[in-house]
Amino acid sequence: MQDFGAAFGQAFALIAGFDPALMEIISLSMRVTFSAVLIACLIGLPLGAVLAVGRFPGRGALVVLVSALMGLPPVVVGLAVYLMLSAAGPLGVLQLLYTPTAMIIAQAILVTPIIASLTRQVVEDMHGEYDELLRSMGTSRVSTVATLLWDARYSLLTAALAGLGRALAEVGAVMIVGGNINHVTRVMTTAIALETSKGALALALGLGIILVGLSILVNAGLMGLRKSAERLAYA
Amino acid sequence: MPETITRNSHLSVIESGIAPPAITLQDVVFERQGKALVDGLNLTLTANGTTVLMGPNGAGKSLTLRLMAGLIAPGQGKIRWNGVETVPSQRVALVFQKPVLLRRSVRANLTHALKTYGVPRSAQPQRLEELLKMGNLTELADRPARVLSGGEQQRVAMVRALAARPKLLLLDEPTASLDPQATAAIESLIRTAAAGGAKVLLVTHDPGQGQRLADEIVFLNHGRVTEVTGASQFFDAPRSREARTYLSGHLLF
Ligand SMILES: Nc1ncnc2c1ncn2[C@@H]1O[C@H](COP(=O)(O)OP(=O)(O)OP(=O)(O)O)[C@@H](O)[C@H]1O
Ligand SMILES: [Mg+2]
Repeated sequence: MQDFGAAFGQAFALIAGFDPALMEIISLSMRVTFSAVLIACLIGLPLGAVLAVGRFPGRGALVVLVSALMGLPPVVVGLAVYLMLSAAGPLGVLQLLYTPTAMIIAQAILVTPIIASLTRQVVEDMHGEYDELLRSMGTSRVSTVATLLWDARYSLLTAALAGLGRALAEVGAVMIVGGNINHVTRVMTTAIALETSKGALALALGLGIILVGLSILVNAGLMGLRKSAERLAYA
Repeated sequence: MPETITRNSHLSVIESGIAPPAITLQDVVFERQGKALVDGLNLTLTANGTTVLMGPNGAGKSLTLRLMAGLIAPGQGKIRWNGVETVPSQRVALVFQKPVLLRRSVRANLTHALKTYGVPRSAQPQRLEELLKMGNLTELADRPARVLSGGEQQRVAMVRALAARPKLLLLDEPTASLDPQATAAIESLIRTAAAGGAKVLLVTHDPGQGQRLADEIVFLNHGRVTEVTGASQFFDAPRSREARTYLSGHLLF
């Protein structure tokens, strides 16, 4: 118990002192997570919108596939990306294994289905409501999609934040493809796992506190978005 | 070959100096779940003036308007716009019975419409101000459109339709939830549009409004036209039994 209290004290000291090791890990975490979510948005938003509005053979199967991929176990994604990037794998020549890029790829793969699937759902509902109006105005297909994406902006931001939350908390995939190498691929979740196993509770707790804080921030953002969407009747 | 025929018939109409009808429905049938909701509708609307479409709830008035806007396709029969079978959607505007507004401000809703209707960017600000003034919406311009009252939303939908400078203006009970003042304002917008050369087809349950605006009345019952009559005659003495019953407030069977 004594230890525990001391560890907390040290953890707060690390945070308050902007401990360089702590800051390095946090900043890499941020870089990896935000890059992954950005990529996931660039793919997931248009993909979701096309699935919502498009009528093409195989659409139904694709919709089912994308929602099934939402529940991908991170370690399996890690394993798959590992196999792709390992020296013997098809993308081995790129030498990306154990780099932040590999971690970004793995997390983007995890988050894209979430964003695509939520986008599809939101845009499909809205399309049901807007379809006749937009057609009566002679709206082109492209600007129909643009109109729907813009009008769904609150819900889509919510989807992006949900993806951010998942990526931030994820440990299995980045552990496998990043390798948790100090100063190179060590992020908050993998560092917590390692430090805890070493019994170095101060750093683990410090990172844990920051991680919980970020998660609260993300959820507060989600709630704020939902509230203002309701207030403006844009939900 | 059919193309040539269409073009020729167009030409002959222009040469003979008679404007082509705004819209023609020929034996139009629209079915759902084995029920003919629009049941062999024949109707020709001249290119000018205001036609008022009346009939009891469920008669098929809204469906007829959606057919005319090209939003739903008839199961049988033909619809022609200015003599051809493709809807010139940018010149046909429809105001829905339930207004559908975008999740944006009033101003952004109207700007979106101006853009969609291909109004040049440079002309948009002035047209926007005109539209806001027309709908008495200037003070509401920056409010989110979907928090407005029902009547205010209907006014936005109405001026949004006018942004198209439509040739055919389809209005589905546009004043159903408006106060008398707003109703008068909308009616004057309708008169202006009609005077400007638009064909107006207006659905209303208000005989007074019909009398104020209509050149002719089309009466619909069970998906069929029971009569097309000049306005003054219709309200004096409608020819069909269904219309007489409707006007006297009895239920139809
Ligand atoms: N998609 C649909 N599927 C099944 N029935 C429908 C559909 N759309 C309309 N109907 C039915 O068709 C009939 C005509 O509907 P419509 O909306 O045209 O009536 P209306 O004349 O506009 O009535 P109101 O005065 O109440 O607006 C109604 O009985 C309605 O229930
Ligand atoms: Mg109706």
